[in-house]
Amino acid sequence: MLDRRAAVRALLNNRGGDLLVVAGLGAPAWDCTAAGDHDLTFPLWGAMGGAVPIGLGLAIAQPDKRVLVVTGDGEMLMGLGSLTAVGAHKPANLAIVVLDNERYGETGMQRTNTGRGTNLAAVAKASGIPVVATVGSPARLGEAVSLARSARGPVFVTLKIESAMHDLVLPPRDGVQLTGRFRTALGV
Amino acid sequence: MTDSVSPAAADWSADAVAALRALDVRQVAYVPDAGLTRFLELAAAEDGIAMISVATEEDAIAQCCGAWLGGQRALAAMQSSGVGNIPNMLSLPRVCGMPLLMLVTMRGEPGETNPWQKSTGRAVPALLDAMGVELRRVEDPAGAGSALAAAGADAFEEDRRICVQLAQSLIGFKGFHGEGESDA
Repeated sequence: MLDRRAAVRALLNNRGGDLLVVAGLGAPAWDCTAAGDHDLTFPLWGAMGGAVPIGLGLAIAQPDKRVLVVTGDGEMLMGLGSLTAVGAHKPANLAIVVLDNERYGETGMQRTNTGRGTNLAAVAKASGIPVVATVGSPARLGEAVSLARSARGPVFVTLKIESAMHDLVLPPRDGVQLTGRFRTALGV
Repeated sequence: MTDSVSPAAADWSADAVAALRALDVRQVAYVPDAGLTRFLELAAAEDGIAMISVATEEDAIAQCCGAWLGGQRALAAMQSSGVGNIPNMLSLPRVCGMPLLMLVTMRGEPGETNPWQKSTGRAVPALLDAMGVELRRVEDPAGAGSALAAAGADAFEEDRRICVQLAQSLIGFKGFHGEGESDA
């Protein structure tokens, strides 16, 4: 199992203006903020199930940038259908990384169905996403980062993470500000 | 609708696609509806408009927001029942002050042959109002294109959330195996 903060730090290491990040609500958004808040990260405080379709719209709009969706298993379960649109359209610049601790973290660590048999990477593969992986060992983290950052997409990676809670590192919560800073940094 | 409306003027689908082009809409995220068929086919025939068939209408809303973050304009198109699937996702453009342009074809209005369509159909204005989306109803097919153009201009230039609602009488009534009226 991976430490989520270390995994997300590795995912976002040495990022520049060519990496656009959508962070799913709850702990994935805090992990991305802990790795370094960035104008080109769009952290969600709600809109559960929306992280992947937001990433899809962004990836179509910005085909020359890498779009990385970092979300959790609970958020992904709510939006599983969105993987079918990704698999059908196949944007080469989109990568989805799910931090899977088999828990709904923000609401009290209740179990999710990924702990009862649902295999998210298999769902992604069956939805037509060509590159999928499930990684749970630190020794393979580099491989997962490489897929997420630079493999021809769409890419879907499940990172099996420990269920330990970490300090809250909250992103800005003003949605207008988050939208404005992102678009300004992108120059649109 | 009046007798003076010519068939060409009543081709709301072509007018609506022309409006998308004029607005520079580059993505259409949709769940199909019988009433949207020709509109979606004409939009797909255009260069430079990505047509994305989404599994549920809330994905269309989220995709439009992602497009906006990336500097593109998008349209979410669906039938009225789909509006019942989207209220929580509408918090995203509302809280973030993003524009949103929606096109909704109505079911469940007088003449509807499927009673299950009537419940959410009737609720569309209340659902959208509750989530801060302005509703603009169109009953004359000759006015659909201009309504979409105006809604898009207001939405994208003023960061507003606007839905163009096409009356069921405009798109025609769906029947089943010879029952009721013909598809339009």
